[in-house]
Amino acid sequence: MSRVLMFKRFERFWHWTQALLIFVLLFTGFAIHGSYDVMRFSTAVQVHTMAAWALIVLWIFAIFWHFTTGEWRQYIPTRDGLFAVMHYYLVGTFTGAAHPYKKTSRAKHNPLQRLAYLFFKLIISPIIWASGLLYLFYNDWPATLAGALQLETVALVHTGAAFAMLVFVIAHVYMATMGKTLTSYIKPMITGYEDLDSH
Amino acid sequence: MNNKRALRMLFSLKWLVLVASLVFAANGSASIAPVNGKSTTTADHSKFKALQGPFDRAEDVTAACLTCHTEAGEQIRQTTHWTWLYEHDETGQTLGKTKVINSFCGMTITNEPRCTSCHVGYGWNDMREPPPQAENAVDCLVCHDTTGEYWKFPTLAGHPTYIPREWPKGSGKMVQPPDLERIARNVGASGRANCGSCHFHGGGADGVKHGDLDTSLINPPKSLDVHMSPEGLNFGCSDCHTTMGHAVSGSRYQANARDTLGIDVPGHTDFSRASCESCHGLAPHDKPKLNDHVDKLACQTCHIPAFARGGVPTKTWWDWSTAGRLDENGQPIKQLDDHGHPSYLSEKGDFRHGENVVPEYAWFDGTVKYTLAGDPLDIENPPVAINRLEGSPDNGESRIWPFKVMRGKQPFDTEGQTLLATHVFGADDTSLWSNFSWEKALQAASDLSGMPYSGEFSFIETTMHWPITHMVAPAEQAVKCGSCHKAESRLAGLGGIYMPGHNGSVWLDRIGWLLVAATLFGVLVHAMARVVFSGRKDQ
Repeated sequence: MSRVLMFKRFERFWHWTQALLIFVLLFTGFAIHGSYDVMRFSTAVQVHTMAAWALIVLWIFAIFWHFTTGEWRQYIPTRDGLFAVMHYYLVGTFTGAAHPYKKTSRAKHNPLQRLAYLFFKLIISPIIWASGLLYLFYNDWPATLAGALQLETVALVHTGAAFAMLVFVIAHVYMATMGKTLTSYIKPMITGYEDLDSH
Repeated sequence: MNNKRALRMLFSLKWLVLVASLVFAANGSASIAPVNGKSTTTADHSKFKALQGPFDRAEDVTAACLTCHTEAGEQIRQTTHWTWLYEHDETGQTLGKTKVINSFCGMTITNEPRCTSCHVGYGWNDMREPPPQAENAVDCLVCHDTTGEYWKFPTLAGHPTYIPREWPKGSGKMVQPPDLERIARNVGASGRANCGSCHFHGGGADGVKHGDLDTSLINPPKSLDVHMSPEGLNFGCSDCHTTMGHAVSGSRYQANARDTLGIDVPGHTDFSRASCESCHGLAPHDKPKLNDHVDKLACQTCHIPAFARGGVPTKTWWDWSTAGRLDENGQPIKQLDDHGHPSYLSEKGDFRHGENVVPEYAWFDGTVKYTLAGDPLDIENPPVAINRLEGSPDNGESRIWPFKVMRGKQPFDTEGQTLLATHVFGADDTSLWSNFSWEKALQAASDLSGMPYSGEFSFIETTMHWPITHMVAPAEQAVKCGSCHKAESRLAGLGGIYMPGHNGSVWLDRIGWLLVAATLFGVLVHAMARVVFSGRKDQ
């Protein structure tokens, strides 16, 4: 067993702040959407807008961090071992098999994680942001854009992406409990350190 | 009839007393009100020789006014207040009180001495003729009296009474002639009570017609109207309805539904402050998201959450078809609703009244087109629109405006399929209110007005839209965002606009929530399987 710094301080700050903001955005977003009636519309809009700006600022820092540290390489997708991981989650986890992926601090995401996170980072989030910013600045659209795009389209894309985000969050939170113990994946995300089996 | 009039008398007397008691405190004449304790006017009319009297008749006061204000009479005769005619630039229709039919008492014509009691002149007894031509036939006092004692008697074609006169008829209550000398010496700028003496009583009594104009605005609390309240800005009507040579700005026939000029700067804009933007500009809110709404929503839509908020009810339904029913003794019937407002009168039919009424909303570009006497009706598809709002979400000139929608039933010619003039008022043997006979009243209206009538009539349901623009509430009472941005939206069914929280795609929601549910289900099954299998492993 070796104790490794798996998640650096900024990474942990980024992850948990993002998590909080996404929960707030989902909750207020579906309130704005009219899915439930638990807060005033104006409150929901204000909180949603502020949280969105906060997340954008956080992402600017995160993007900078990913590129300056080279951590973006953690998300390069690979097919190598992908099916083994999927097989593990569908079968092995019940039969007591060992996790097929051996993580290191330089390659800490298994192939399935890489795909999921890449999808989160390159598809869901950009769609939510682009549609959200268009939504927010609807009144300032230049005439050519206003002629080509309906607010309704933007709203539906934004809502659709929000559903995708909600699905991601549910699956992500659940899979975070699938380590050796319920919390063995979550602890390193808090403390930064993970005990790895020595090779 | 007597009962109805007694009620009106009650309103009128209450109003007179109210005006008299409030006139110095809250005349609403902000334009000459003392500023920082200093009077702003340069003339003390009580010192004018011409105004010392004696005056036998109101026209004599007018003649005295004209000795100094030499052009005022001619100015008045150019205005809609005088001509009761309005040439509509957009629709080409000739409108005005002489031409339009409304869904209250119908037409002014054939009901002259009653209807023309609100004409800004004296003696318009026959509306087949233009208003009286005499120089001194203009009524200065109805607009410029500051004592509250001047009252155009309801049946004298614009005159006050010159002898003690019973009103309402049969009530035993006597209206005394006004002290014209005292009134003449106390003239001043028009206040809320002056304009209100006619405009608050449209439709025959206090608050009946507009919904956002009634006597509660003479001295309104700030919660009722931030601009007109003495606790607020204490505006008179003309502070917004600016005048130019006695012509008053602001029109209900051709409204400025979307003022793009913004704050009115002398020399640069239109000299009219009869729009919110004239003072508040085009981006009036601190919060940018609220300003994002002003291109689609009239200010009034959010800032007048309900009308008839001052304790005076407004009529919302008037069914003329039931008028004329008498009791077993042949006497007219009067029934009151739970709030003490008349719900049936033999003279007028069935009524419904409302207070704190939530407006209805429509796209409106400012142009109103009328169904005039003689215009063919689409009787297969009632209700008939007495007036139609023009406007659409797409033309860039319209905004969503609040309206009082007056509903009811009115007589129409079943052969000619047109609306009919109605001779309701008059101490003669044909008027509806004296004889309770529609046959006589409609025939007389046709005979007197010259408007065609086949002799066959029935009643058809009608609607009439009245823009709501007064009774602006304090900002904190504005309509909440969630009143529109929700499923049961105030603006439901309006179309042409995507409202978050109201609009959406049913299918996107179904698919989205199905995916969420499927994910949760998958997670649950997987988790249960883990529990089961971990138990076996332990064994």
